[in-house]
Amino acid sequence: MLELRDLTVRYGAITALHGVSLRVAAGSIVTLIGGNGAGKTTTLRTVSGMVKPASGQVLFEGEEIGGIPTHRLVARGLAHCPEGRMVFANLTVRENLQMGAYLQRDKGVIRREEEYVFALFPRLKEREAQPAGTLSGGEQQMLAIGRALMSQPRFLLLDEPSLGIAPLLVKLIFEKIVELNRQRNLTILLVEQNANLALEVSNHGYVLETGRIQLSGEAAGLRADPRVRDAYLGG
Amino acid sequence: MLPRSQIWLLAVLGAAAVMSAVSGRLNPYWLDVAMGVGINIILAVSLNLINGFTGQFSLGHAGFMAVGAYTSAMVTTVLGSRLGLSPVLLRWGLFPVSLVAGGLLAGLAGLAVGAPSLRLKGDYLAIVTLGFGEIIKVILQNLNAVGGARGLSGIPSYTNLFWTFTVAAVTVYVVWGLLNSTYGRGFLAVADDEVAAEAMGLNTTRYKINAFVVGSFFAGAAGGLYAHLKGYISPTGFDFNKSIEIVVMVILGGMGRHLGVIVAAILLTVVQEPLRKLGDWRMILYALLLIGLMLTRPQGLFVWPLKRRNA
Amino acid sequence: MTELLQQLLNGLSLGAIYALIALGYTMVYGVLRFINFAHSDVFMVGAYLGFYLAPRVGSGTILGGMLVLSGAMAGCAVLGVLIEKLAYRPLRNRSTLTVLITAIGVSLLLQNLGQKIFGANPKPFPAIFPVTQLHFGGLTVSSNQIIVLLVTLVLLGTLHWVVNHTRMGTAMRALSFNATAASLVGINNDRVISFTFALGSALAGAGGILYAMNYPSIDPLMGTLPGLKAFVAAVLGGIGNLPGAALGGMLIGLVETMVSGTRASTFRDAIAFAILILILLFRPAGLLGRLRVEKV
Repeated sequence: MLELRDLTVRYGAITALHGVSLRVAAGSIVTLIGGNGAGKTTTLRTVSGMVKPASGQVLFEGEEIGGIPTHRLVARGLAHCPEGRMVFANLTVRENLQMGAYLQRDKGVIRREEEYVFALFPRLKEREAQPAGTLSGGEQQMLAIGRALMSQPRFLLLDEPSLGIAPLLVKLIFEKIVELNRQRNLTILLVEQNANLALEVSNHGYVLETGRIQLSGEAAGLRADPRVRDAYLGG
Repeated sequence: MLPRSQIWLLAVLGAAAVMSAVSGRLNPYWLDVAMGVGINIILAVSLNLINGFTGQFSLGHAGFMAVGAYTSAMVTTVLGSRLGLSPVLLRWGLFPVSLVAGGLLAGLAGLAVGAPSLRLKGDYLAIVTLGFGEIIKVILQNLNAVGGARGLSGIPSYTNLFWTFTVAAVTVYVVWGLLNSTYGRGFLAVADDEVAAEAMGLNTTRYKINAFVVGSFFAGAAGGLYAHLKGYISPTGFDFNKSIEIVVMVILGGMGRHLGVIVAAILLTVVQEPLRKLGDWRMILYALLLIGLMLTRPQGLFVWPLKRRNA
Repeated sequence: MTELLQQLLNGLSLGAIYALIALGYTMVYGVLRFINFAHSDVFMVGAYLGFYLAPRVGSGTILGGMLVLSGAMAGCAVLGVLIEKLAYRPLRNRSTLTVLITAIGVSLLLQNLGQKIFGANPKPFPAIFPVTQLHFGGLTVSSNQIIVLLVTLVLLGTLHWVVNHTRMGTAMRALSFNATAASLVGINNDRVISFTFALGSALAGAGGILYAMNYPSIDPLMGTLPGLKAFVAAVLGGIGNLPGAALGGMLIGLVETMVSGTRASTFRDAIAFAILILILLFRPAGLLGRLRVEKV
């Protein structure tokens, strides 16, 4: 569904990605693991058009999407739930969800999707009229995922959903990620510090180090790989 | 052995003295232009200190110039007649004192305006200085002691090539020194470690205010020179358009680029008379120049490959 | 007592106009984080549009006045959008200073083109609405003051509804909070910014007409002072904060009118800046604003 071919990205004089290639098959969950500054977030940002690649291709459903502005990709069924959640703190929970469905003109569809998100995360329903800035970190993450779902994506880029969140909520969120993948046939490219948890829910994994793919394979295989265990799974 | 910049300073002072001695033989039109060039160099270089150093923007340089012009004119006209000094002492003693007085008062005004607005990031300084220019105008128009809206006339013409280029040389020397010392070291400190950068965060406000006060001081001194060159000043002579003229010099030369700004000041002064024939079109031209430069060459018109710093 | 009421009324009708202009500054600041210097000249163009429209639509009646008002608002909206497209959009992601200087350039251009096109001399502004004086006890109320207050109320109400209850308005608020996140949900930021300029400039256009009605002569530099005062109003209320801008405008108008009634009246134009410096010293976030960390 998504394919990166030999992607190179530069920020000024610094090269963040050196020829990264990867594939995400439709219906799968793929995880990108790696240390800080390895280029994980840059990879996601390049896919969603926030960063222009210096060379290489981004193919989404077989079509080149490099250079298409971010806001147009949403219409193609690609959603990006960014690092740091980036909920609109000055808007209410409900308004955040409505903004998620910005391109959807059909009020009935919006209402249906809202119901779906509220059923997925009942906590959000309780906080419906609150400004998003007053939510806890975990609730904001739920809202960020919910907002991304509102555009009815077929493909979701998910950046660090566990960052700064209580362990109990992390578990809940990962359960929901699996549920979304199974029930809605949502394809997911996941970036995650918690490599163990991420590989557990994924079909496939890539290990990114200083802008290069070092390892890749079945998620189960990577979890057993001693190199991955040493570097990312805490031995 | 003196540092190179000080040799330069002395050389310019010497040249100014020699030029001044022979100025009687020069064509009066070009003499006038030459002094205008000197005054505009002072204005542009001192504004460049503020804009190139603080990353902020002052739109009230003409206001500080007005403070200096009026102060210095009052010193020479009021004090000059009471002290009973000889003409030589007036020109070579009281006049420089009046320039310093004008500069000091302008610097004080700069402190009053800069201290609150430079604490904040953003574009506040631009609007506050613009407002300051308006206030100065309103105050001067309502002060009968300085002629009110009619302006102040009968100012003795003490300004000559020597004083103009002495002040210009001192301005360039001081600004150069400020930018190359504190700023350079500050930059290194930020790059070194974050704690130092935080400490710098506190200091930057102080440096900004310092730069702003020094810039205002020289604008005031330039105002004094201007007053004693023209012999007549009025509140409307220091309006927003005057500030914009100085801004255009700085932008054209490239913010933070010393040599470029000096070249732009010379260029714009020399073409000023021909441009005046354009009437209203002159300001339209300036406006288009500003927009065009920002869209295409925000670094200024003249960029030399040898430049070490692009602040 | 009547004296005070009279001053209050005069202050409110002046403040209403400042409020309309201040909203434009604050909205643009909200989405782009810069001071649109040219805003005060859009206000001036609004007054001139009224001047040229009035004889053509047969004003002097309520309907004619409304037509002139809407025409000026529409014209200013178009002008605002054009300015943004031609001068500011190519500078997106460049330093604030670059955009600020461009805005100053645009402002100068409008003022000086105004002097070329409209003439530098002040022009008398026609009575576009029917004019009468009403007396309530010792209180004199001109119909123009009532119109200013009514029009402002309607416009503020409409703006409130647009910003808080429409899709575009919500997108504006979303964008002003986080532009990246806005584009991630599919918002075309450029379009929202255009919309913001249209809205703010239309309000400035209305302000220009209302101002000209009460100070019945107009000139190409007329925007500078009201523009500066409105900017102070926006900062007073907390820049980026819409109710703050409206409140700030009213306060500045009231203070200015009160000062005009005293012996310090010649300094009334300087009052706004004294207020500005005081706010910057003691409450830089403004009355209703919260100080946010600037993006450098």
